[in-house]
Amino acid sequence: MSIDMSQFHQVFFEECFEGLEVMESGLLNLDTGDIDSEVINTIFRGAHSIKGGSGTFGFNEVADFTHVMETLLDEMRDGRRKVTQPAIDVLLGSVDCLRTMLASIQAEESVDSATVGMYKNALEIELSGLASESSPLVSVATPSANESTEAIPLGDAAEVESVEQGWKIAFCPYLDLLKTGNDPVRMFRELAELGQYSVTVNTRDIPAFDKLDPEECNMSWALEVVGDIPLAEIQEIFNWVEGDCELDIQPLAKKKPKAALVEKPAEPEPILPTPSSTVIEPPQITAVAVALKETVKTPSSKAEPQQSDNDPAKAAVKAANTIRVDTTKIDALINMVGEVVITQSMLTLIGENFSMDKLAQLKRGLSQLERHIRDMQQSVMNIRMVPISFVFSRFPRLVHDISAKLGKKIELKLIGENTEVDKAVVELLSDPIVHLIRNSLDHGIEMPTDRIAAGKPEIGTIELNAYHRGGHIVIEITDDGRGLDRKKLIVKAVEKGLIEDNSVLSDKQAYELIFLPGFSTAESITDISGRGVGMDVVRRNIQSLGGNIEIISEYGKGTTISIHLPLTLAIIDGQSVAVGNEIYIVPLVSIKESINITENMINKIAGKNETYRLRDRYIPVIRMHEIFNVKPANKTNSGEGVIVVVERQGVLCGLFVDELLGPQQVVVKSLEANYRRVQGVSGATILGDGSVALILDIPGLVRFSNRKSPASLKPQDSRNDARNYH
Amino acid sequence: MMQEIITKSADQNRRYKEQVNVAQYLSFTLDNEEYGVDILRVQEIRSWEPVSRIPNVPHYEKGVVNLRGSIVPIIDLREKLGIKFTDYTLLTVVVVLQTNDNNKTRTMGVVVDSVSDVINLDKTKIQDAPDFGAKVSNEFINGLVSVNDRMVILLDVDKLLKLEEPEEQEVSEN
Repeated sequence: MSIDMSQFHQVFFEECFEGLEVMESGLLNLDTGDIDSEVINTIFRGAHSIKGGSGTFGFNEVADFTHVMETLLDEMRDGRRKVTQPAIDVLLGSVDCLRTMLASIQAEESVDSATVGMYKNALEIELSGLASESSPLVSVATPSANESTEAIPLGDAAEVESVEQGWKIAFCPYLDLLKTGNDPVRMFRELAELGQYSVTVNTRDIPAFDKLDPEECNMSWALEVVGDIPLAEIQEIFNWVEGDCELDIQPLAKKKPKAALVEKPAEPEPILPTPSSTVIEPPQITAVAVALKETVKTPSSKAEPQQSDNDPAKAAVKAANTIRVDTTKIDALINMVGEVVITQSMLTLIGENFSMDKLAQLKRGLSQLERHIRDMQQSVMNIRMVPISFVFSRFPRLVHDISAKLGKKIELKLIGENTEVDKAVVELLSDPIVHLIRNSLDHGIEMPTDRIAAGKPEIGTIELNAYHRGGHIVIEITDDGRGLDRKKLIVKAVEKGLIEDNSVLSDKQAYELIFLPGFSTAESITDISGRGVGMDVVRRNIQSLGGNIEIISEYGKGTTISIHLPLTLAIIDGQSVAVGNEIYIVPLVSIKESINITENMINKIAGKNETYRLRDRYIPVIRMHEIFNVKPANKTNSGEGVIVVVERQGVLCGLFVDELLGPQQVVVKSLEANYRRVQGVSGATILGDGSVALILDIPGLVRFSNRKSPASLKPQDSRNDARNYH
Repeated sequence: MMQEIITKSADQNRRYKEQVNVAQYLSFTLDNEEYGVDILRVQEIRSWEPVSRIPNVPHYEKGVVNLRGSIVPIIDLREKLGIKFTDYTLLTVVVVLQTNDNNKTRTMGVVVDSVSDVINLDKTKIQDAPDFGAKVSNEFINGLVSVNDRMVILLDVDKLLKLEEPEEQEVSEN
């Protein structure tokens, strides 16, 4: 009976991505001059466990690839190879490549074999560079490599490049091989007795099951036998089938293992040659061979940053469904639950034969229970919290790659990496921050010569700082680059028709211009930034998380962009408002101010569209009871009410409600789980008395009210409301 | 306030599953008519309690309630089926049902006049509802069956509680 391995895949992928991150940061820390064997060991361990795991799960492409990396690292570890910058670059590229491979396997897509082949080739070139340099040591390397691949005995022969002797056999039987009484399995067993042997099967030609003739042999094999074997012995085995197949026996060439590989009809996924087993996807695997043949050049450094752009994001999205929690957090939670249970049993005891003299005891018990439950709530929320280093950890690489590409010297400082944020926030945060850092790299920091001319240190600094402030997390991205040029911003904005020619803007307003869609002051559009689509998206993303973004900049000195975000999406600060008999929650982040008004302070346009004069500007008024068809309370009939001024994307709007009930933290619950999306409502929450209150979605509400003009509203169905309160 | 009249007993379910042709239905009344729903879809039965109204939805979707932490919509079955509305009383009950909508399980409550009985039916005795043409919609009806000479209308829970798309809903609202 076999175990379903796929249940462990998710864990495996997570471990791999973690391992890759460790490898990456290790590689970035690797100083070419002075080799810290501990760092290399760390990288090596990462590669080794990925190889082992992927072998176990049958991801042989990954295992093969990692094996080559491992060989290279092994030599570095033993000091047989100098750690050179090109070698590190190749390894970094390979880490990216592995990440892509794993991500595609995880997404059950086909692996981009051309890229894989390219990197594998580059690694081997790096490896063979050694072979000429220190060939006596090669034989030492081999046994250890073989040892470590014991878990995947069939997969390793392909890379045992340093073994001198062996044979490569391409064996393509004709369809009627089986009818002549020959059994390939028997032949392969004989081959296996000659030496270390590996086989790959090509199942490309197997027809669909309904067309399959079990007496036909539709497969072909590529075999490799390693060892000191005379050609005659191999020929003898195939003697009986000579007329029934195409046979090609070639010696395994030393140092050029991949040249031999090219001629193979198909690669990996070793399967025992039983005609019924078909697992692999040969076309794409053949592409490996093709790519290997074609890709002679080493990977260009240009390809690398591109890789690193796409992959982490992809990986992050995929790994979204699980969370790793520190066991101490869980222990704390279990403790808390224990306390609650104890308190509960104590209360039960008091309640069993209650008399008034136990009242004080009861009150004490209840307050204890309340405290414990609050603690418990906190520790549960804590479990969802992860350190922001989840996001930050990828930036050293990003900065390393991009600064090298731009020819700038940049140091990245990370501060407050251990600040904890809700996992959902962290995941949505990474793309905006990547964008902001790229901007700093590309537009912010000047070229070294310019910096020296401006009297600044040659090396630019980008600082990423995260800290908590009053239930929010603040993330600051500071660079000491050229800063924002407010004149240039204004000129550009006028040019693009985004603002009036002679408008007067404050610094803050001028900087805000960069958040407008289509705005870019970059003279040239690079593949790093400058297309002008970014900042408005960044701001929208941050706002959709309930946060905001601010810019402080001094021309010539640098720029600080700070992002304020709520710690969690599960709990929001809200203001409860009464409309008729209903209670709604307005998210506190959208509220600018609230004003007590009377009916005569509202002006009408064309008899229906209503406005309110807020100091020196008129803002549209949305009457909540009209738009939600709620019977207004008597107070509203007498013309009194409250205008809650809300802002979204710079647009102010007044919500006319009966009264404010007070601010409170609310736990956001989904309406869609059992119901559906409702216009103008983003979710629901449960109030202290157990009833449900809807949380308003301000932008949605504004859109909705614009579409549904007051004239089209019918007088509300008062019966409808009365009915609910029997 | 929250009284659970029925809980599904696991061994009872098992016993009836073994007898392939027997199905259990929970019957309830709406304006002297008797209706039945598959008992395996019934989660619990509660008394009516005030709901939080949802704006701009069809009139039969009364609102949502808090059912032990999850938000559950309440649908008035009289109004949904086009029967005259009556005021809710102390005896008005809400049957909480599990529905399946595009492979998504939802929990919803329906308001009925009163719950009558659990009936055991021979599936072969269920007749198709007669076609009334366009006059009366029978899309929610699974079939008809006689129990003690009374007609019981068996409802298809999934079709009955399928939510209309928001676009349509606005039309029906105004």
